Amino acid sequence: MTEKHHAAHHGKKKVAGDKEWEPKIVGFLCNWCSYAGADLCGVSRFQYPTNIRLVRVMCSTRVSPHLVLDVFGAGADGILIGGCHLNDCHYMTGNFHTEKRVNLMERLLRVAGIDEARLRLEWVSASEGEKFSKVVKEFTEEMQKLGPSKVCTDDMVKAKVAAADDASETFRLKALVGKEFNLLTKGNAYGDKLDPEKLTGIIDAATEDEFERALILELARIRPMSVKQLGKVMDIPTDRILRHIVLLRQNSEIAMDHPEGFTPVYKTITIGGEQ
Amino acid sequence: MPENTSTEKEKPRIGVFICHCGSNIGGFVDVKAVTEYASTLPDVAYATDNLYTCAEDGLNNIKETIKEHNLDRIIVASCTPRTHAPLFQRTCEAAGVNKYMFTFVNLREHCSWVHMKEKEKATQKAKDLVRMGVARARFLEPQEETRVDVTPTALVVGGGVSGMTAALSLANMGFPVHLVEKDKELGGFVRSLHALMMTTKSANETIRPLIDKVNAHKNITQHLSSHVASVEGFIGNYDVSIGGDGAEPKEVKVGTIIVATGAVPLVPDGLFGYKEHPGIITSSEFEELCNKKELPRLKSVAFIQCAGARGQKVSYCSRICCNVAIKSAIHIAENRDNILGVTEEKAAEAGEAVEEPAAEKKAEEEGSERRRRRRGRGRQAEDGAGEEGAAPSSGVEVTVFNRDVMAYGVENELEFNKAREKRVKFVRYGPDNLPKVSVKDGKLEVGYFHETLKMERTMPVDMVILSTPLVAQPDAATLSQLLKVPLGQDGFFQEAHVKLRPVDFATDGVYVCGACRGPADIAESVSQAAGAASRASIPLANGFVQAEALTSVVDETKCTGCGTCVEVCPYSALRKNDEGISEVIAAACKGCGCCGATCPEGAITMTHYTDQQLLAEAKAALEEV
Repeated sequence: MTEKHHAAHHGKKKVAGDKEWEPKIVGFLCNWCSYAGADLCGVSRFQYPTNIRLVRVMCSTRVSPHLVLDVFGAGADGILIGGCHLNDCHYMTGNFHTEKRVNLMERLLRVAGIDEARLRLEWVSASEGEKFSKVVKEFTEEMQKLGPSKVCTDDMVKAKVAAADDASETFRLKALVGKEFNLLTKGNAYGDKLDPEKLTGIIDAATEDEFERALILELARIRPMSVKQLGKVMDIPTDRILRHIVLLRQNSEIAMDHPEGFTPVYKTITIGGEQ
Repeated sequence: MPENTSTEKEKPRIGVFICHCGSNIGGFVDVKAVTEYASTLPDVAYATDNLYTCAEDGLNNIKETIKEHNLDRIIVASCTPRTHAPLFQRTCEAAGVNKYMFTFVNLREHCSWVHMKEKEKATQKAKDLVRMGVARARFLEPQEETRVDVTPTALVVGGGVSGMTAALSLANMGFPVHLVEKDKELGGFVRSLHALMMTTKSANETIRPLIDKVNAHKNITQHLSSHVASVEGFIGNYDVSIGGDGAEPKEVKVGTIIVATGAVPLVPDGLFGYKEHPGIITSSEFEELCNKKELPRLKSVAFIQCAGARGQKVSYCSRICCNVAIKSAIHIAENRDNILGVTEEKAAEAGEAVEEPAAEKKAEEEGSERRRRRRGRGRQAEDGAGEEGAAPSSGVEVTVFNRDVMAYGVENELEFNKAREKRVKFVRYGPDNLPKVSVKDGKLEVGYFHETLKMERTMPVDMVILSTPLVAQPDAATLSQLLKVPLGQDGFFQEAHVKLRPVDFATDGVYVCGACRGPADIAESVSQAAGAASRASIPLANGFVQAEALTSVVDETKCTGCGTCVEVCPYSALRKNDEGISEVIAAACKGCGCCGATCPEGAITMTHYTDQQLLAEAKAALEEV
């Protein structure tokens, strides 16, 4: 189920209708460096492919995993995040947090089965107009090669991206990634700086956990499922699923829908009739 | 909420103005087609195209149309918001539409100018961009800017030439100024210098009047042997604690802050044999020797430029060192103020005749005249090294080893010419062929590669003066953290905009001038200081500041008081209130959105850049049309 395998079928081919498929790319650019760099690129008349659509934010640090994963969920083939070079951030430390957030986004894309190459973080200064055009050219070519995102054609991928989005919004991941930069540079409440490898390990494990739980909720929202069925669809051991289910039941996020023989079938609890 | 904006229940009425920008957009995008498409989009009540939207008639057209069609949100699709948003926002406000109900769509820099050869695709992209703008505009909300009172007092950090000039300018405008200096007297780096360029007065004589004026000014409170210990607050309302040597910290309230902490010369440890021989010194040590009248008798002096700069210890060119070397070289060559410390008595004792200055000057003039005639060209004096035998019989032989001479500006170029007339030799070296300073039998010599002759040469010298760059103050990082202002990669303070805002910081209320922003000479420091003082006086004179309504807002019902936002905010614009819930200090918030993206409970919204607005805009890009 790799994307490359998929690309072999769809890349550069005509898709539904007579229009030749073109990648759709969204760029989130910070106001002070990258947006200005894109402006200079225009002023200098450096040409690049027309696929990218740019959205201005004040700082790249504003680009939360939710923004990116939701836009991927809506069918974007590629997303570019542009910020100031490290140590040149208009808001001093904003882009250091961006880096950490992008790490999380990449982790989540990985588990959701989306090629990480579809997300690109670039530092483009206000004076790097030419660099901006190069980045967009390269990125567009790369997306051409990767082919269309499977979000719109594969329900499982769609569910996984939605789960990744939900996971990114959990308290645990947001708090961990939000504090990551300060934990590594300033230290924790006791002034101890954390070992980067150890912290990465903690975040990796948390990402996997939260993603799996979010995916269980996503799948059991679509139709009630047993532990065994979930294990099969998600391709992970049933004891892991069971552990997640126990926790989700404690949090009143999932409940037994009905038994099938002796096997309980679970359904996600939705609030306010949300489907 | 201002009366002139619609209530939530009313359907938005969006006006779209698409600009041809002459042929800048119109030449590469089918503007008529884009306008026609815009009028079909949801909630668009009116769409039109203008040749120049930013021209008088374009702006009037917006104002009239707002009234005529009862528009409550405006989209201009033209150039870049970075230059033109304020203009259109003012136009909207003049017609009674809140400036936060305005959306900019960039069709020029981000479309027509970068897709000049694909009109069809560029037109499609322009339609998409307008659709994105409309999607965003539908979710906009009017915002009110907060007004904050300003304490009409300033703080100037650093009592050198820049700091004194800034303090004096503000004091003369009538504002009380607190001037903090870490040394026990005013004057800064210049005080340690001996002579300055283009003036026969000593460095101390030159800055004396400035120090006297500061000392005498009733509006200036000096805090000597002191430092800034802590800073709390935001523009208009800073609580600053000034610590002194062993003294109780003094608390002062100020409205604006000027950073003028200067720079220090690099210590070239490990470079060019520094410290290996008493004759190898830095240019600042040379000044000290001159001041103390301890300079030994010299026959031959070598300056080595860029010692530690431009790729050695620091990456940048320190700009001022060439001029410093030129100044010192002239002084040595002229023996001005008897810089070499040889008094007539001493000379008589040693049985040496002191040259009559007039005769020396005459000889110099003749010498240079001869040389000019011989060469018939100007700057090629760099080749002078090949003519060691041609050194004047009197005076001292001065050689300036340089990568290139940075004598920028009219005056400095004249001084450079003057140095050459004084027969100072300028010898070039390449970055891969640094001059080598060695000691042979207790005597100094400089080995170098002669670029013209393409051969290695050696030159015996009495003294090697290393022109080291100015580097950032070692405690700049501490101050930068206290004030929440950035340092650049070289450790100097970084201004808000390299061209347009050279003395502002991105943080409102804090300003910068002088060598703490990068190497600067006295004249430059004085102009920057005057500029910074003028900028810092604006909020003081107004008595209030208007804070942009791009801030974070905390939903108290969602906030659990985890404090992550307080940790990540680079401006301390968030704090926990008495109930342990986060609250935003709107005047301190710069709207970066870090807290919003971080908040684990999703309790923080960024006004004007909400998730809803950004997602609507981004997802609109993906729609199939």
